[in-house]
Amino acid sequence: MSTAVGPIEDARGRPADALVQWARRNGWSVSLLGFFALLLVFTKLIQPNYGVAGIQGLAISVLPLALAAAAQAVVVISGGLDLSIGSMMALTSVVAAVLMKGQPEEFGIAVVIGVLLLGLVLGAINGSLVVVTRVPDIIVTLAMGFVWAGCALLVIKTPGGAATKWLKDLVLGSLGVEWIPKAAIALIIVVAIVWIPVRRSNLGLSIYAIGSNRLAAFRSGVPVGRTKIAAYVLTGLFSALAGLSLTASTGIGTPVPGPYTLLSVAAVVLGGVSLAGGRGGVFGPIVAVLILSLIRTDMTFLSLDTNLAIVVQGMILIGVVMVGSFIQLRRTRA
Amino acid sequence: MSAAAGTRPSQAGASWRRLLRDQPIIPLVGLLAVLVVLSELARRGIVSPGWAGTILQAAVPLAILAGCQTLAMLTGGIDLSVGAVASMAGFVVATFIHNQGLEAGLAVALVAATLVGLMNGIGVGVFRVHPLIMTLGMSLVVLGLANAWQILTLQTFTGVAEELRTLGSGRSFEVLPNSLVVFVPVVALILLGLRRTGFGRLLYAVGDNPIAARLSGARSWQVLVVLYVISALLAAIAGFLISGLTNVASVNLAETYVLPSVAAAVIGGTSIMGGRGGYSGTIVGALILTVLSSLLSSLGYPEAVRQILFGAIIVAVAAAYTRVTGET
Repeated sequence: MSTAVGPIEDARGRPADALVQWARRNGWSVSLLGFFALLLVFTKLIQPNYGVAGIQGLAISVLPLALAAAAQAVVVISGGLDLSIGSMMALTSVVAAVLMKGQPEEFGIAVVIGVLLLGLVLGAINGSLVVVTRVPDIIVTLAMGFVWAGCALLVIKTPGGAATKWLKDLVLGSLGVEWIPKAAIALIIVVAIVWIPVRRSNLGLSIYAIGSNRLAAFRSGVPVGRTKIAAYVLTGLFSALAGLSLTASTGIGTPVPGPYTLLSVAAVVLGGVSLAGGRGGVFGPIVAVLILSLIRTDMTFLSLDTNLAIVVQGMILIGVVMVGSFIQLRRTRA
Repeated sequence: MSAAAGTRPSQAGASWRRLLRDQPIIPLVGLLAVLVVLSELARRGIVSPGWAGTILQAAVPLAILAGCQTLAMLTGGIDLSVGAVASMAGFVVATFIHNQGLEAGLAVALVAATLVGLMNGIGVGVFRVHPLIMTLGMSLVVLGLANAWQILTLQTFTGVAEELRTLGSGRSFEVLPNSLVVFVPVVALILLGLRRTGFGRLLYAVGDNPIAARLSGARSWQVLVVLYVISALLAAIAGFLISGLTNVASVNLAETYVLPSVAAAVIGGTSIMGGRGGYSGTIVGALILTVLSSLLSSLGYPEAVRQILFGAIIVAVAAAYTRVTGET
């Protein structure tokens, strides 16, 4: 027994080994991060002017999509799929913008808390419907996407409202050193506060368990239905955060859902989360969002048609999934 | 579940369940009739041959796109690229009519659609990519290429062909839209194809139990490739009709049809899990959605309420089907 324990303690003792272990477990995310770094270098090479302003712009422009990708990642890990994320973002964004308009700064805090609660409620409704009706996730969330988008249009017909100054200050500009955009800090803090405690708790383990094998999870005493609802609630919370970031970065609320739902699915797949559930994390998808966005920027720098950027995004999405499932096929045959 | 349904004390409830499970078309037609009556009650005299013609005209493209979803859903898949393919088809024709003529445009659009379908089918059938991801990715590719094409051909762009406008928005005897000339053969092909041909049976077999289908000698990848090619061709045809109907040719014209097309198939009783459903229900589903949205707009409800009701109805109908068929 002691011999078996030995190496593990050894690994814990030396930080370098722990790092290697961590890198091995998160291989896909690490290689994504490496690719992102290469892409940054490439960007600097083709556009020597790319610098502080570019990083700032990148951080602000990816913030909503990065949070949407985190939202999608949680529910996909639990074995579901949420096609209503874009609509939930639109709804939470317009609610925040309308309530904040013409109100004092302090009232904004109450609005933010209220909008986050709204996100929890939206997610809970989605999750409960999936669990109670036993209709496939795709259909339920597709339909609820209509409902939430309709609600957003009821709140406000045309883009409008306002964001309080402190909310805008939270994501615009940089912190101390001008190389560190506030949007990036906000993203890291928000995701860490929500995801790390969940990941380390029983709930996190249950979410992974029902995603990888529902029946096995049920037989080991995991409350499958409640865990599924909890996963959707987390997705709702992340969507509300994404909606708030939309309001903060644009200063208004737009009632029409952006392309976030489908892009979040793409980011999740690229980020190493298996659509079958049970594998991956929220870190990979966020890096995938950065890569997708930077590719787009690079194509403008190379004075290529930006429409071709969409083509490239689609091809990367298909290519990654194809290669992934091809390797899987080879393995099962061998 | 089916056995449990039979032993329920309420006899009426049980037979209602059996009806919804075995013949969903009957309650669906009933629902359609109720909606038509409600339309008449909401505004006296609105139900007329002209009104019916408008409804049919609007429902035809939706029903064709919903046909794509029905076929894909029978195999347990979904085709989210129909919107991009339909828009692309309408747009390509519009850019070709000035210099090369309508026939060339139609041919190019159909060839392009075939290629998209081929890619979808190979991805889903051979590489086992999830259909949702595959068709989503292809729709991004198609949308981007169509946009690039738009910039290339900005100077030569002229507009929707006269023939397509006649086909898409013309009507004979007030009630019969000209698009029926296209729609009736499509319906006949799909209905007969599903019921009478080996390919139709294979679609159900692959969706119902892929392993059993494989063990009994079905080459599922061939079935899937053919399926997605057919789906893309149908989407292109719907795209011609939509651009004729709206007299617009833009690269994201048909995007708004994607979710309703899934909704029409679901309401029509086709299961997204595969193996259950048919096209006749889907057509009624498309009619129900069209009548409902016309009813809501005639009542003066804003677009928002329409969307909320759409969503609620889809969830309710899908839940009802899941209950009576006992699928999980």
